[in-house]
Amino acid sequence: MDFQTILILAQDAITNSAIYALLALALILVFGVTRVIFVAQGEFVSYGALTLASLQTGVMPGTVWLLLILAFIAACMETARLLVSGARHKLPGALATILAPPLAIAALVKICTPLHLHLGWQLILTMLIVIPLGPLIYRVAFRPLADATVLVLLIAAVAVHFVLVGLGLLFFGAEGVRTPPFSDAQFTFANLNVSGQSLCVYATTIVFVAIMAWFFNKTLYGKALRAVAFNRNGARLVGITPHLAGTFSFALASAIGCLSGLLIGPITTLYYDSGFLIGLKGFVGAIVGGMASYPIAAAGALMVGFSESFSSFWLSGYKDVVVFTMIIPVLLWRSLTTAHYEEEE
Amino acid sequence: MAERLLTVRELNVCYGKVEALYGASLTVDRGTIVSVIGPNGAGKSTLLNALMGVLPSRGSVEFCGNDMGNVSIESRVAQGLCLVPETRELFSQMSVEDNLELGAFTRYRRGDKGIRKSLDTVFTLFPRLEQRRSQFAGSLSGGERQMLALGRALMSQPTLLMLDEPSLGLAPLIVKEILHTISDLRSTGVSILLIEQNARAALQISDYGYVLENGEIALEGPSSELADNPRVIESYLGIGGGEEKG
Repeated sequence: MDFQTILILAQDAITNSAIYALLALALILVFGVTRVIFVAQGEFVSYGALTLASLQTGVMPGTVWLLLILAFIAACMETARLLVSGARHKLPGALATILAPPLAIAALVKICTPLHLHLGWQLILTMLIVIPLGPLIYRVAFRPLADATVLVLLIAAVAVHFVLVGLGLLFFGAEGVRTPPFSDAQFTFANLNVSGQSLCVYATTIVFVAIMAWFFNKTLYGKALRAVAFNRNGARLVGITPHLAGTFSFALASAIGCLSGLLIGPITTLYYDSGFLIGLKGFVGAIVGGMASYPIAAAGALMVGFSESFSSFWLSGYKDVVVFTMIIPVLLWRSLTTAHYEEEE
Repeated sequence: MAERLLTVRELNVCYGKVEALYGASLTVDRGTIVSVIGPNGAGKSTLLNALMGVLPSRGSVEFCGNDMGNVSIESRVAQGLCLVPETRELFSQMSVEDNLELGAFTRYRRGDKGIRKSLDTVFTLFPRLEQRRSQFAGSLSGGERQMLALGRALMSQPTLLMLDEPSLGLAPLIVKEILHTISDLRSTGVSILLIEQNARAALQISDYGYVLENGEIALEGPSSELADNPRVIESYLGIGGGEEKG
């Protein structure tokens, strides 16, 4: 292996790591706030890329229908809940907040799809379709289970994963897609070709992480989300609604997933079921961070990216085996070195 | 006659089949401190948790003229009810200042602009918190944690503050300081429902008292009368009577 190959593999590793780190961040956030191990995180990645591909060919993406159906189910559930609790007067307002945005988005997509807009607008449109799916999935699948155990929530998350993969096949078919790159630029540093898309991945990741760091450390809403993750009871006692925090964390999860899909769509071919494996690698990163620490999870994502990229060079058939086998020594090391703090009860 | 703030009628709470509280009725007037004393396991914490909506209960709870039957914890906070539980429930991995700011979360959502000012008020009340404003809440001493819990509760500008054993596990000198602060709060217009094992101190700073025994209200009356009641003296004030005086 010469130096040139190492550089190429490393570049590949960093690009993928950036995506895994973003997904790990979403997984940790969702787990901290709602205790859901969100197996279906990766589905937003494939939904993002496939929705954009549909828009590119001028076809109404199937995810729009999913958005409408989920909104309808959520509206029914909310109606039932408000009628049972006797808060009938809140019904019109609640239904408007649940139904109006998806309907408006669907109408917008309907109008815009045949227009073959510029790529930038299509990216925004894709985000508008995919991001609301997160909060709606939370409302339909997880909010009714808010007091259930972690295991029950995990089982629900696995069910959501299967439903989303199945729907993905129904909406988009088995064909893989590759979306156009954000930029066609090519740069050469020391005999190493760097694509404009890779730079987009780096830049977006850095900007996104910076925004998140600012949000969680400087704004009261961000602090409130962290507070829910640290101490659920304490958060309720200061008036932070767990449902609100859950909705928000799922919105962030779908936003990160969709963004990741749009970023790597031009680099790898994505199928309706590719998201799962990508999400799982983000999950390995999150596990390295103990489902709690963002910086360690980012380091874990780097580890995943590098081991994946270098093992694809040496033993390409086993690259996923290598990545997932690495969890075992990491868990062993972490369980031996991490001090266990008693929760303040 | 002072304005009724809280009216509780026939409150029942069960843990599974075990009744922890039955038929408890009590009232709190605006601008007063009401204490509930009683032995371990009498149902004092259960009472506060039920009033806050943390535990499901039967019976009627009326706060500021509104029925609290189906109201969530968060809406109770928004309406001015605030509980400092025995466990404090601080955000131990966050800074003292963040903890205090989060105390004002419902006010922030309403767009209240006076949060900075409240923060200064809390820091004037507990100067030690200001010295430690950027430290993690988990690194504070027991007394400082109780101050932080009180401060965080005050940040929500509660109408009725419910305190569960604020003196628990604290050194006598700090207990005195905390109780002194609590009695000072009354003059700022906050009403307080106080639960204490330290019955003498509780009766000293409160206007009215209830004695809770085995899940039932056994006695009630103005604090000064309760403090002279032979039964109360024997059960709650007798042993080690002199040590808290000074």
